[in-house]
Amino acid sequence: MTITPSIKKEYLVNLAENGKRSDGRKFDEFRKISIETGVISKAEGSARVKIGNTQVISGIKMDIGEPYPDSPESGVMTTAAELIPLASPDFEAGPPREDAIELARVVDRGIRESELIEVDKLCIEPGEKVWMVFIDIHILDFDGNLFDAASLASLAALLTTNVPAERFDLGENYPLPLKEPPISCTSVKYNGVVVMDPSLDEEEIAEARLTVATDINGHLRAMQKGLNGSFSVDEIKKVIKASIDNGRKIQEQLYKSVGK
Amino acid sequence: MSQEKREIVIPSQLLGDIKNIKAGRGTFVENGKIYAEVLGILNKNSNYINVTPLKGRYDPIEKDFVIGIVEEAMSSSWLVDINAAYPALLHVNEVPWDVDFGETERYLNYGDCIMAKVLQVDQEKKLQITLKDRNLYKIKGGQIINVEPSKVPRIIGKKGSMISLLKKYTKCRIFVGQNGRIWVDGDDDGIKKVINTIDMIENEALSYGLTNKIEELLKKEAKDVH
Amino acid sequence: MNDTEIKLFENGKRIDGRKPDELRKIKIEAGVLHRAEGSCYLEWGGNKVIAAVYGPREAIPRHTQNPLRAIVNARYNMAAFSVDDRKRPGPDRRSREISKVISEALENVILLERFPRASIDVNIEVLDAEAGTRCAGLTAAGVALVDAGIPMKDIPVACAAGKIENQVVLDLGKDEDNYGNADLPIAISPRTGEVLLLQMDGHLTLEEFDQALDLAIKGCHIVSDIQKKAITDKYQSVQGGTTQ
Repeated sequence: MTITPSIKKEYLVNLAENGKRSDGRKFDEFRKISIETGVISKAEGSARVKIGNTQVISGIKMDIGEPYPDSPESGVMTTAAELIPLASPDFEAGPPREDAIELARVVDRGIRESELIEVDKLCIEPGEKVWMVFIDIHILDFDGNLFDAASLASLAALLTTNVPAERFDLGENYPLPLKEPPISCTSVKYNGVVVMDPSLDEEEIAEARLTVATDINGHLRAMQKGLNGSFSVDEIKKVIKASIDNGRKIQEQLYKSVGK
Repeated sequence: MSQEKREIVIPSQLLGDIKNIKAGRGTFVENGKIYAEVLGILNKNSNYINVTPLKGRYDPIEKDFVIGIVEEAMSSSWLVDINAAYPALLHVNEVPWDVDFGETERYLNYGDCIMAKVLQVDQEKKLQITLKDRNLYKIKGGQIINVEPSKVPRIIGKKGSMISLLKKYTKCRIFVGQNGRIWVDGDDDGIKKVINTIDMIENEALSYGLTNKIEELLKKEAKDVH
Repeated sequence: MNDTEIKLFENGKRIDGRKPDELRKIKIEAGVLHRAEGSCYLEWGGNKVIAAVYGPREAIPRHTQNPLRAIVNARYNMAAFSVDDRKRPGPDRRSREISKVISEALENVILLERFPRASIDVNIEVLDAEAGTRCAGLTAAGVALVDAGIPMKDIPVACAAGKIENQVVLDLGKDEDNYGNADLPIAISPRTGEVLLLQMDGHLTLEEFDQALDLAIKGCHIVSDIQKKAITDKYQSVQGGTTQ
């Protein structure tokens, strides 16, 4: 396990008391984001996202399967995340632990609750055959803020996914039917200070974490509070506002990267 | 200024013959031929061929000054991370305090930083460090920067020239551990400047005239402020 | 291994236009990750792999420690989205076997006695797969180990040869792997020519084996040059500046 020296925490706390972060960013400022799509030829859709040095690849695979019994005319969507040992000296090989599971479920919720994928358009034979969308998130380099990188990579991948109808003799391939993507923004709190897009150092000393997914209308689609610290109601409202503002900017960048 | 040839070699590269020259650190010998064993800089003089590694963890040498981070407090010793392949042991006999059995946590705890000296490296690579020396203590305040251990000589500079420059222009206290950990203390701007300058030195460590370049840059920044 | 409509050879050229002794296009980049101590990104034909090295560090759990030398834990893993039919995440028996033979090949060239009780952890992720992933993975691992500053007596490299329609060819592509008659992936220590990894399945006469082995070894040497260039490219550019 990598140990965080205690003086690092004091240093970051002191800086924060003077309104600063160690890399010079404002409290609600994101690091440089880069989005690249179509990076995996075998996947029906894929994207690589970098936020600062954090790097995530998300790949979309599709297959035909049975619908859930309670929604016989809807497609199926699942999200999985792997914190592979490649990405950090602290990630161990083995079945996903709670961090990976929480990450996958939070990304999943953001996408599902925003109804990004029009699952009712993914029915082939009601009750029998529907399209299944598998979102697989692979963390390659961990330098803070996996939630937003994973979510953004998955969105970019979905926005460039083509349903592989040809492979199953169901006509021509066509773009996956989608609505507006929700953008996820994560903040952490340490020593009474709340910052957005935490770097690795900031995550290491974080007491509480809040991820907010907002849509194009500035409405809320998913939220998740993590770690064992707490937020005041006021802090939560501030975070939501900053998430809506940043969400809008990131959405523009996302659309540009997929050619919209 | 002598123009040392900074040739970079890679593992398995043929460097010489033991008939003509001795094999030093960073090389291995097979069938009378000397090869590089690590990615590094070739140092060849009339007697030896050495390769100084460009990357990798710190390789502890006795008497080196290092900055350690305490991993675990045990009943009569502490386990300390010094960026080597193994943690180092700090025994209660090697600290300037009178520590009772089981009372180690009162003095040093998980996450504490210390300036220490490498006391012993045995054959099984078991490492021991000590705090019993002038200038060794538990660190308070400031920030820690991590660099590749191989870049430490460059950051210190010939006869400390580079580090003196940094201290002069940033008015910070700076301590460079041989293990690639650097401690800085001063005002916010000074610390930031040190971090940025060290970053630049790390990236351009192999270029010539770096000390002059850094000096010019620091001078200019100081003028700009006034 | 079955009769199909696919003609693997047409006018002396293979499906993708290659000659029998021609490699697919290879691109190698060293030092691509921030956290890993050594890393490498490699593209080989349609394969995309990334390798990362951590260590040497104390081996855990303790019972795996060897008091005399380091152990090498190579972990080969295929991403769920790397293949046509999505692969369930997690190691399957095939991945575990490949991890083992790669670990063993790497242990041969790393100077293990330098680091008793330690482990050197090598992670190989296949992001996009198109036949020959274990060779691509091991080749990337070799570069990542150098990038991590691990002392080695050589940089290991791998390449495969095979047989399609009774002709021995170098570096099987996807269809050739599926419909060919034999596959022979090997890894060598290029300085000495010693074989570190060897697997074979299919059907080869002794003569065909000799040809295939010869071809694979030649392929290894070509790939070895590409590895070495990737490393020197990365570190020469760090030199910057000229005489003042």
